[in-house]
This record gives sequence, C-alpha cells and structure tokens, in this order.
Amino acid sequence: MLAVAAAKKRGPFALDVRFDLPTPGVAALFGRSGSGKSMVVNTIAGLLKPDVGRIVLDGSVLLDTQLKIDVAPEHRRMGYVFQDARLFPHLSVAGNLRYAERRAAGSAYVSLDTVTGLLDLGALMDRRTHQLSGGERQRVAIGRALLTQPRLLLLDEPLAALDGARREEVLPYLESLRDQLSIPMVYVTHDYEEVLRLATHLVLMESGVVIARGGLAKMSLEPHLRSLIGPDQVGAIIDGVVLGFDSASGLTKVRVGRNGDLFVQSKDLAVGTPLRVQLLARDVIVSTQIPERLSVRNCLAGRVTGVQDDDLGSDLITIDIGGAAILARITKAATRELSLTPQMNVWALVKSVSLRGHSFAVPTAAPTSAASPDA
Amino acid sequence: MMWLTADESEALRLSLSIAARSVAFNLPAAILIAWLLTRVRFVGRTLLDAVVHLPLVLPPVVVGYILLLLFGTRGFIGSWLQRAFGIELLFTSNGAALATAVMSFPLMVRAMRISLENVDRGLEDAARTLGARAADRFATITLPLMLPGITAGVITAFSAALGEFGAVITFVSNIPGQTRTLPLALYTALQSPGGEHAAARLAGLSLGLGLGGLLLSEWFSRRVRRMLGR
Repeated sequence: MLAVAAAKKRGPFALDVRFDLPTPGVAALFGRSGSGKSMVVNTIAGLLKPDVGRIVLDGSVLLDTQLKIDVAPEHRRMGYVFQDARLFPHLSVAGNLRYAERRAAGSAYVSLDTVTGLLDLGALMDRRTHQLSGGERQRVAIGRALLTQPRLLLLDEPLAALDGARREEVLPYLESLRDQLSIPMVYVTHDYEEVLRLATHLVLMESGVVIARGGLAKMSLEPHLRSLIGPDQVGAIIDGVVLGFDSASGLTKVRVGRNGDLFVQSKDLAVGTPLRVQLLARDVIVSTQIPERLSVRNCLAGRVTGVQDDDLGSDLITIDIGGAAILARITKAATRELSLTPQMNVWALVKSVSLRGHSFAVPTAAPTSAASPDA
Repeated sequence: MMWLTADESEALRLSLSIAARSVAFNLPAAILIAWLLTRVRFVGRTLLDAVVHLPLVLPPVVVGYILLLLFGTRGFIGSWLQRAFGIELLFTSNGAALATAVMSFPLMVRAMRISLENVDRGLEDAARTLGARAADRFATITLPLMLPGITAGVITAFSAALGEFGAVITFVSNIPGQTRTLPLALYTALQSPGGEHAAARLAGLSLGLGLGGLLLSEWFSRRVRRMLGR
C-alpha cells in the first residue's frame, strides 16, 4: 500500500492531500492543470519537501516530518517518468538506459532485455536522444525508469506533450507494462481517455486537495468527476469478463455484474479475459417494460437506485444490474412520464456500436481488500 | 621553430606555458566559484561575486601591486609559501602564471557560470530519481552538460592570458626566460632603438595566435554542441 499525507504552502497555493492506494495497481491522479497533481508526485519522489507529511510505501517509511525521516530521492527507488522525458542529451539511448541500470539498487526484477523487448527499444539503442520522436523519447524514458528496479513508478503526464497519434503509439506499451510487470504506478493526467485505458484507481484533485478517490468503477459514478470530464464523457465503467466471441456478428459477449450480458464490439479475445466497458450515460435508454423487436443488442434488467439532477436540465438515473451500476441520462420529462423512482424495475438498453471495450489484466499480487474497501 | 629567433621562440614558449598553467590552476577554482555563485545561497554571495570580478575593473597595475603586497618576499602569503614549500613567486614564471591567473579568473568564472545556468536542473533531478548521488550527478550529468561553456571559457581565458601585460610586469617584472612573455617582449623591443622590426614580428605572432585561438574555439564548440545534439 502507498499511503500519502502531505501539506505544503507555496505562495497562495496550499497543497493538502491524504490518500492511500493499494499496490500493485495503477492510480490515476486526475484533475485540472494547477490542481497540484505534479506536486503530489514530486513529493512522493522526494523532489519536493512538504511542510508536513508522511509517506509510507509497502511498510517502509519514506518521509515522516514528525519523526524527521526523509529518505533522499536517490534512495527512494521510485521510477519517475517526466512529461518532458528528460533524457540525457550527452548519452545515447543505450547510455541512458545503462545509466539507470548501473545505479539500480535492490533485487533486479526487470532486465535490460525485458525492457528492450517490452518497449520495442532494440532499434533505437544507438540513437542520440535528439534523433528520437516524441513517442520514442517517452518510451526510452519509461524504460530508463523501469531499469532502476522501482518499487513504484511515477508518471507525470507522460503523454501530455504528444499529439493524438503519438499518444496512441505509447499507450499500448503502458498497458502491457501494467499487465505484465505489475509494478504499482501513480499516473498523473488530465486526459480521461488515459484514465479509462490504464487506471485501476482514481484520485480526483482540485485546488490542492483530494475531492474523491476510489476504484474506477465506483468513481465513474462520482458526481465530482462529471464537472471534470464534461457531460459527454459521463458514464459507468464496468469491469466485466469475456464469455465468448460471436464471429458472425463480430460481437464479444461480456458478463457484467452477476448476470448481465453485454455485446461489445472488440477484437477476438479469449474467454475469461477481463474487459473494461464504458457505458456512456447519453447512450443508455431506459424502459419500464421488456422491450421487444428492437435493433438494440443490449438489454439489461436492473433496478433504479438513484435519480439525480445532473445540473444540465436532465436527470442521471443510476441502475443496479446485478451488482454493477450503470448511469443513464434522460430528460426530466422522461423521468416524469415513466415516474422513475428508486427500487423500480427497469430495462437499460445500449447499442453495441456505442460500447468500447478495453482489455485489462487485473493486478496479480496481493488482494486489495484491506487497503481500499471500495476497490 | 626555425623561422623564429631564439628570443622570439623563448617568449612564445613562455607565453604558452604561463597561459596554460594559469588556465589549469583556474579551471577547478572557477567551476567551484561558479557553482557557489549560481547554486548556493549564502551570506556574502554578492561580495564574493564582486571580489571575483575586481580584476576586470581594476587597472592591471593595481592588481600587480596587490599581488606584490600579498605574495612578495615580505607579503604574508609569499613569505609563508617560501618558508613552507620553498616556492618563490617573485621574478619567476610561476609568479607570472599567478598574475595571469588572477587577471583571467573573472572571464573564466563568467563562462562557467553561464554554462552552469544553462544546465537543465530537471536533468539533475532525473538523475537523482535514477539513484545518482550528488558527486555522481555532478560528474556524470552537470559537468558533461557544462562542456560547451567550459571549452569556450578555457579558450577565452587562455587567449586573454597570452596577452596579459600590466599585472605581470608590475608583479614579476620583465625578466628574459622567466617572465618575458610575448607582450613584454614586444614592449621591450619597442623601448630599444632599432627594435621596430622585432616588434612587428612579435605583433604578427600575437595576431596569429589570437586568430588561431578563436578559430579553434569555434571548431570546438561546434563539435561539443553536435555531441549534445543542440
């Protein structure tokens, strides 16, 4: 577990955060720019000294201002991937990687070969750093951070400086990192797409404080998140399991909750593969009767658990479908007409084409029950 | 060198050797002072800055005179050096190197400072997270990244050292084979009747050296910049 408590005043800005995260797992620090996300990561790395604070990673105290413990950054064994990569310009790609490898402490669990293979760095080894594209630079930076054999990988908006296509070039590498190495990560971003693709946990920050945190499925329902991502991105995120692939329709059948089945467009995935599905609230239709003769592929039986005003003139209906919650945005008129109230049985309809699945390996090590009750 | 007279080649050799010694002595000191001035906040920083730059604004004769007071036979550093190590500075080439070093020191510090200020602290932080301790970081990141500035500083200081006149002649006088560098030899030639030809030759020699130094400096810094990918 990573436990962070830190307070620091810097001019008019005051950082005051307190949270803990299960390890391994990928925690996204999410918030607008200027909300203090980078300060948190720098504090964890030891590059920023908080006025008061305590940081504990898997039982070892890295910082405790009361006990006057402050492990120097060079001894914290944190891999840090900076937004601007910060590759050493006087060294080649191989030189940069070896710089980290030579100074690594502790047991080596990631070899140079593993890193080179995982991040496809083989062809870049002899290049000078200024000959690399933005995406390549970040891949080298990630590799360099991994070779320190880190106990925790910190990534401060690693893709923010890249355009859409370059971003898509690096994201799959981060996914395979998460799925194959199970190194705990703290990932700073203001891009919800990256959260969706990578995070297991979400910490929402605003003006220097944590306003909400928890597992991604629970957090996708969180009202605070809505103002950060905009109405079109609002929607439940559900971690399901692949039940089968129908090659005739090209749809993957995914089990969500205890007994809900969703048909999702995705590539052929093995039965049993964890698949994360985002159901955008604007794509979900609510019916009070069993619908018949519709083109919609997905019809989930559920129970209304909440009706909330979404501050945009419509209502957000929370529907429990066998243990998993989904959100539907409907007009207030519709709420009235269907007289939707909690405990009502309803059917939620979603077009398959509006569903995206992200394959996702759940972290393998220690279960996270103790660390985070909401996981 | 065949096309130089014995006196000329001696003055040239002396100039090069004194300039080289002064630069070698100054380099580590200049890096240290530049480091203190840019990276460390301490009381008296502004004063140290001013003292370092004094030779730039003082008449060289005054610097020579102060050196005479401090390092002369009765000066308190000079007498101690003589007693403790048997080092004689007055009227020797070591003394000339010292005077030259003091005069070119501010040039060197300025160059080091600029190059140090251009080093991205973010790269040092990155090295830190990779497990590099302070001395390691300095040797493997800071120093290599300072290289363009160091080369420029060394060459500028060396060229300036070749031409140092006032402080040298005041502190260690004008002694053939010991302290008579190119500018002093040129001055001597001008003072002696019929020395115009010798003076012109020495002036030409200085000109060639200066030009060569500048070209060398340009070539070096281009190479280093290419190495750093700038």
